[in-house]
Amino acid sequence: MIRMLVPLGVFIALVIMLVAGLDTAEQRQLVASPLIDKPVPEFELPGLYEPTVQRSNDDFIGQPWILNVWGSWCWACRVEHPFVERLGREAGIPLVGFNWKDERDDALEWIARYGDAWTTHVVDFEGRSAIDFGVYGAPETFLIDHRGIVRHKHIGPIDQTIFNDLMRRIMELRSEAEAS
Amino acid sequence: MNNQNSGHAIGHLMGRQVDHRQQQLFSAAFLLLLASVLTVASTASLAGAISPYEFDNTVDEARFQSLSRELRCTVCQNQSLADSDAPLAQDLRRELYEMIMDGRADMEIRQFMVDRYGEFVLYRPPIASHTLVLWAGPFIMLLIAIAIGLNTIKRRRQALE
Repeated sequence: MIRMLVPLGVFIALVIMLVAGLDTAEQRQLVASPLIDKPVPEFELPGLYEPTVQRSNDDFIGQPWILNVWGSWCWACRVEHPFVERLGREAGIPLVGFNWKDERDDALEWIARYGDAWTTHVVDFEGRSAIDFGVYGAPETFLIDHRGIVRHKHIGPIDQTIFNDLMRRIMELRSEAEAS
Repeated sequence: MNNQNSGHAIGHLMGRQVDHRQQQLFSAAFLLLLASVLTVASTASLAGAISPYEFDNTVDEARFQSLSRELRCTVCQNQSLADSDAPLAQDLRRELYEMIMDGRADMEIRQFMVDRYGEFVLYRPPIASHTLVLWAGPFIMLLIAIAIGLNTIKRRRQALE
């Protein structure tokens, strides 16, 4: 009798392992970016409203800042937009929009419709800088400290919970910057 | 008797008719399958033919093919760079092409991807302490299976004697 139960036991163990595997597959997108605690990648990108002006990573050094990857083609960016707007109002640090693989006209039209939540924008039409940032889907949100070190990355849209977490981290970065 | 015979004959005839119809159905299905396979094959070769990248030599081209197959398209998770037409995969193939034309080594290129996307981009994970179970697991399972098999054979032999 007990011998007959062995295959059932093996089967149940297998199911448990597979279900656990499903869970890690869900969390895979939470795997920390290799960029965390490394200097922000160097970039030199044009602005959105002013395509002739180039902005580089050096322009943002000296205070913490947020880099938010978005595109007019990105459906989830619309979902997170209310929270991006709140970040812009409440974080008290620059919120840089990283307009990724987008047509300028589409981006401007999107902003006209949904509102410009960001302090400023950099435009990466070709997606080369995005590769340096390890961007693989929009929206993504990076927190960078006053020394220009990437401290946190969130992949996917911002919701209330993520917003609270980001605000807590931002306050930490701000007090770090003030202490130095 | 005669009745039975003719009934049998009719049944047989109908059977044959059904057979024939089934055959027609089967051949139609087969042709459909063949057509779809051929369509897929031809579009695949077409996609290969219009690849925008030209190489100086076949070695570089082979390196491009094999690297784009062993690097994961992170946005699509279960496709390689070679398989995917996602915009990010296209960008990464362009990056890969430029690095090959630049004369960068395979190890350097893999490192470039890992530095940006983590080890997750590698379809072939490196042998390291945290991947030991992954690499050794199948061999351990094989040993266990062989041990169980030998044990079973031994017990059955003993039972026969």
